[in-house]
Amino acid sequence: MAHNNVITALRTDVHFDVERIRADFPILDIKVGEKPLVYLDNAASSQMPQQVIDRLVHYQTAQHANINRAVHYLSEVATEEYEKARSKVQRFVNAKEQREIIFTSGTTDSINLVMHGYGRRFIQSGDEIILTTLEHHSNIVPWQMLAKEKGAVIRVVPINDAGELDIESYEKLFNDRTKFVGLIHVSNALGTINPIKRMIDYAHQQDVPVLIDGAQAAPHITVDVQALDCDFYAFSAHKLCGPTGIGMLYGKASLLEAMQPFKGGGDMIASVTFEETTYADIPHKFEAGTPPIAAAIGFGAAIDYLCSIGMEQISAHESKLLHYATERFNEIKGAKILGTAAQKTAVISFILDGIHPHDIGTILNQDGIAVRTGHHCAQPVMQRFNVPATSRASFAFYNNTSEVDALIAGIQNVQKIFL
Amino acid sequence: MNTKSLYQEVILDHNRKPRNYGTLEHPSHHAVGHNPLCGDRLDISLQLENDKINLIAFHGESCAICKASASMMTTAIKGKTRMDAETLIREFREMTLGELDLSHPHHLGRLTVFSGIRDLPTRVKCAILPWHTLHAALNALSNASTEAENDPAPSVSENASGNA
Repeated sequence: MAHNNVITALRTDVHFDVERIRADFPILDIKVGEKPLVYLDNAASSQMPQQVIDRLVHYQTAQHANINRAVHYLSEVATEEYEKARSKVQRFVNAKEQREIIFTSGTTDSINLVMHGYGRRFIQSGDEIILTTLEHHSNIVPWQMLAKEKGAVIRVVPINDAGELDIESYEKLFNDRTKFVGLIHVSNALGTINPIKRMIDYAHQQDVPVLIDGAQAAPHITVDVQALDCDFYAFSAHKLCGPTGIGMLYGKASLLEAMQPFKGGGDMIASVTFEETTYADIPHKFEAGTPPIAAAIGFGAAIDYLCSIGMEQISAHESKLLHYATERFNEIKGAKILGTAAQKTAVISFILDGIHPHDIGTILNQDGIAVRTGHHCAQPVMQRFNVPATSRASFAFYNNTSEVDALIAGIQNVQKIFL
Repeated sequence: MNTKSLYQEVILDHNRKPRNYGTLEHPSHHAVGHNPLCGDRLDISLQLENDKINLIAFHGESCAICKASASMMTTAIKGKTRMDAETLIREFREMTLGELDLSHPHHLGRLTVFSGIRDLPTRVKCAILPWHTLHAALNALSNASTEAENDPAPSVSENASGNA
C-alpha cells in the first residue's frame, strides 16, 4: 500500500494545476492582519472548497428533513442523500459492502466505538493490546480506559531516531495473550507512513484483529481496506476538506455484527419493549439518534472533490512539496526536523535551537503563517525525542512552493528576533 | 494583534539573560508551576523575612514570554512585602486579561510591556504562569497549574470573549 503510493507520488503529472485548485478555496484569500494567509496546519484541520460549501447550502436550502423516519418527500430525499454519502465513503476506501461503513463524529468517536463495542466484549483480564509510540492520544486513552476496567495490559512498539516503527520489536511483542492491535497509519506528529500492510499480515497470522487510525492517511494517500485486510479503519471528514463533526469507521461486517452497540437510542433498534430491545442491523445498530445529516452529505461531497482531482495526483503534489520544504529547511542553521522517515507524508515537525515552539508560532502568525505548536496530542512521541513540544508545518494539495518559501523566510525572521 | 509590540527588546533581553535565575539554598517558600497545555515548568523559591521578600530565584523550561515574565517579576518583587507582592500579582493578572485600565494608577511599572498579551489569548497563560506560581509559593501551595481549580486566569475562551 504505502509503497505503491510512494511510487505514484514520484510520477510527475502535467494536469495538476495548484493555482486552479487554490481558486476553489475561498478562505485562502483572507488576510491575517495585513499578510495573506499561509495555511500550514492541515494535519489539524483542512479547509473547505466552494464545491463542498455549496453542497451544504443546497442540502440545507432544499433537502433537509430527518432521515429514516417519515414517508414525506423531504425525509426520503434526505435519507437517500445520506446513504449516497455512505456509498461514496465505501468506494473511497474500497470496502466490500456499504453496511461496513458507520458514520461517527470523527476518528476519536470511531476508536471509542471499537473500544466499547469490540474491546469491552472480547478483551479480558490479562489480555494484551499492542499500540505504538506514534499513536495519537485518541488511540491510546480509550485503550487505557479499557485496560483499567478489564485488567488488560498495553504493550508499546518503539520507534527509531528517524521516527519509524521498530518492526522486529513489534513482532516480538506478540504472545498468546495478545488480543488486539491499534496502529496509526500516518503519524500526525512526524508524518511517518507506517508499513501497516505487513504489520496487519503479521497480526493476522496470530489471529489478532487490527484497528487502523487513518486520520492522517486518508486525506493524502489511497486507502484500500480490502487490500490492507485491516479489521477496522477510522478517519475524520474535516481533515479531507469536509465538515467537522463527522467521520467514519470501517469494520469487517462479521466483526461489526458480533459487536455490542456503543450508544442506545432511536434509529439503532428493530423493536423496543420495556422487557427487551432488538437492535437494528449494521450499520444502523451503531448510529443511535439523529446523525449530523448535512455533515455526512458534505463528507460525501468532499470525497467527490478529492476524487475529481485524484488521490494519486494529490500524493504526487504533496510529495514534491515535502521534498522542496525539506531541502529548504536543511539550509537553515539551527533548525532540526524531527521525523525523517523514508516514507513520509508532507509534514515537517521542527525545533529551532534556543527558541520555544510557542514563540515561533506566535511570530510566524504575525506573518500570516499558521503552524501548529505543542505536543500534537502525541506526548509519547515528544518524550521519545526528549522535547516538550515542536512546531509543525503540515501541507495539503492546495499549498504551493511560494508558501514553503514564506515559511522559510518566516523562520529566518524568528531567528533574527531571537539572535 | 501586534506581536511586534510583545516581543520588545526588554522581553527579549530578559529571555536571553534571565535575572535571579537558579535556586535558593534555604528557601522559606517554594512552588512549582506547570502549564500542562504546553509542558512549561517553572520552579520558584523565595526567602521571606519579617514579611519581606529578601531573596527570590526561579528556573525551569519555558517559552520566552514566560521566562521574561518570571525574570521581570523577580526583579519587581525583590524587597517588597508579601502584601505588595499580592497586589502586583493581582494587577499583572488583570492587565493580561485586559481587565486593568492602565490609565489609572497602578504599580506595574515596566511590567506593562506585557500588556499586549491580552490580544493573544493563547499566550496569556505563558505570561501568568510565574505570577501564579509565586502566589502558590506565598500561600504555601506546593504546586500550581494553569489548568487547576485555583488557576487565577480563567479559561482562554472566557478571556477571548472578554476582549472580543
